[in-house]
Amino acid sequence: MTDRPFHRDRAEMLPERPAPIASVGPIGWMRANLFSSYPNTALTLLALALLWWIVPPMLDWALLDADFTGESGRECTAEGACWAWFDQRIDQFLYGFYPAEAYWRVNLAIVLLAPALAYLLFGNLPYVRYGRWFSLAYPAIAAFLLVGGLGLEGVTTDKFGGFMLNLVAGLTGIVLSLPIGILLALGRRSRMPAVRILSVTFIEFIRGVPLITLLFVAIVILQLFLPPEVSLDQLVRVMIMITLFASAYMAEVIRGGLQAIPQGQYEAAQAMGLSYWRTMRLIILPQALKISIPGIVNTFIGLFKDTTLVIIIGLFDILGQARLLQTNPDWLGKVDYETFVLTALFFFVICFGMSRYSINLEKRLDTTRH
Amino acid sequence: MRSFGVLGLAVGAVMAASQAMAGTLDDVKANDSLQCGINTGLPGFAFTDDDGNWTGFDVAYCKALAAAVLGDAGKVSYVNLTGKNRFPALASGEVDVLSRNTTWTLSRDVDLGFTFIGVNYYDGQGFIGRKALGVMSAGELDGASICIQTGTTTELNLADFFRTNGISYEPVPIETNAEARAAYEAERCDVYTTDASGLAATKTTFADADAHMVFPEIISKEPLGPLVRQGDDQWADIARWVLNALISAEELGVTQANVAEMANGTDNPEVNRMLGSEGSMGEMLGLDAQWAVRAIAAEGNYAEIFDRYIGPDTALGLARGLNALYKDGGILYSPPIR
Repeated sequence: MTDRPFHRDRAEMLPERPAPIASVGPIGWMRANLFSSYPNTALTLLALALLWWIVPPMLDWALLDADFTGESGRECTAEGACWAWFDQRIDQFLYGFYPAEAYWRVNLAIVLLAPALAYLLFGNLPYVRYGRWFSLAYPAIAAFLLVGGLGLEGVTTDKFGGFMLNLVAGLTGIVLSLPIGILLALGRRSRMPAVRILSVTFIEFIRGVPLITLLFVAIVILQLFLPPEVSLDQLVRVMIMITLFASAYMAEVIRGGLQAIPQGQYEAAQAMGLSYWRTMRLIILPQALKISIPGIVNTFIGLFKDTTLVIIIGLFDILGQARLLQTNPDWLGKVDYETFVLTALFFFVICFGMSRYSINLEKRLDTTRH
Repeated sequence: MRSFGVLGLAVGAVMAASQAMAGTLDDVKANDSLQCGINTGLPGFAFTDDDGNWTGFDVAYCKALAAAVLGDAGKVSYVNLTGKNRFPALASGEVDVLSRNTTWTLSRDVDLGFTFIGVNYYDGQGFIGRKALGVMSAGELDGASICIQTGTTTELNLADFFRTNGISYEPVPIETNAEARAAYEAERCDVYTTDASGLAATKTTFADADAHMVFPEIISKEPLGPLVRQGDDQWADIARWVLNALISAEELGVTQANVAEMANGTDNPEVNRMLGSEGSMGEMLGLDAQWAVRAIAAEGNYAEIFDRYIGPDTALGLARGLNALYKDGGILYSPPIR
């Protein structure tokens, strides 16, 4: 034995070495996510093949082989898409038949929408107190800007069109259907028989009938029953129907949230001596709505897409304008899918935005993780 | 937009709601605007230009009528109506006249309580197919698959035709005309059927137009024309004679360009009666003497309107065919204005 000290461990730290190239960075990520097993690898290759199949021809069609200038479809001679209509027609896709000299009113309403929504949706903004009041006043401001009156030249709702019409009908429905839906959901769980029966009847009736049927009743049949002096604006009828339709679905989504709240929460609130409405406002609804967010946003997105049904009252939303362009002899037969692609893009931006916001909201309200 | 509904309601209450039975002329004058029901978009017949203005063959009639009654072809409120809600809209008084490629049938005229005021386009249902099929007529289409727009008279005509001829077919039902055309182009069906005017227009848009043929058979009569509510004879008379004036104008050589000059008087008494320098035709109708002058000045006579929107030089490229004047081998014929 020597007295040479036996070192089980090193005396000094080894310098850090980078992780093996195969387990970090892009290669590591691919190994972990794309090629972790044989089935996974096969799926990855399949997906790549599909993309290779679909994307290049799509790009060829939409951009590389496309025509971008020209006065009419006859000048679109390329193999791919014909976008020459875009410059002349984009105004109609956005504003419909709204008078061109009043476009600024629509633009202003949309610009003002941003702060109104922001104050409603995000808590950490400056001047939040005034901002909330602004959000509350916004519907009146927007209606004034769009319809006119009080000094602004009046614009009848049959001039509404294009994407602006989708936004007006969609946002009205979204803003109204949530409170109505909450009331219906509470009504359905109420202990008062009259309230409960009314709520159940309403919800089940609306859910049991297709939206398009309700719209026909509101537009075609109602007119035959009402005396000729009574005339409700067509667009208002459609918005009411879309809102009621979404409310019924909303009520069921929220009822799902309400039923997920443990009975103990109700009992604790009662033990605290809270009234029914305070129980709901302070204890139950904040939790129930949080649980329901995905379903609520789902209903919102569905409602927004239902606004394309305004075509049945002869209003031309963005989809209607897309179809209308195809009937113009200048573009007949040359423009088909292009207009639908544009329409799809508009809807995708809005619906994807709603979906991202809901994810953001869920994360912010998540009290289970810290 | 919480309060939007309330405001919209107020706006809606102002909306015109005319009497269903009589006095349409007075209503139109009181509103200073003609409520004209038109299609939601049909190539050549009703479409929008780049500035978003409605235009087309059916729209031109609305303009002529507004010009005759109100003195201004621009005083028209267009109400776009689908195939489903066009009749309730006319019945309820939402529109004063319906100029929406509507086929004149007995049940619509009698049972639905409307008055067709004439025919502005004689159409009929036909077939288009690929020449490669080797079929020369519709009678040989046994077992063929046929693209068809659902919910129209074309669907019923097709069933009638194949039943009477005792041959079988496989319908490929499709919601809109544009999709039916696309389906035919994508070879989802052997044959595509719709009104002959639509077929001709469709054929010109195909890249390989020569590979297709329109079969000679026309299997239905589709007289398309404007209509008004039954029970207001004065209004029906005005609507009818405005259409007749456009047709007579072609016959008498009165055009958009020369109508103002001819209104001062010509050697032809027929022209003079129509344009108001002789007789009192306008007074009989409840209008002024210049009614026909304005109607013709709006968009021209029948031939000019036809050529501008659906004629051989347009994308639709329709020949006059049945719609030529009776003098030129067609069946277009206006009773005399005297």
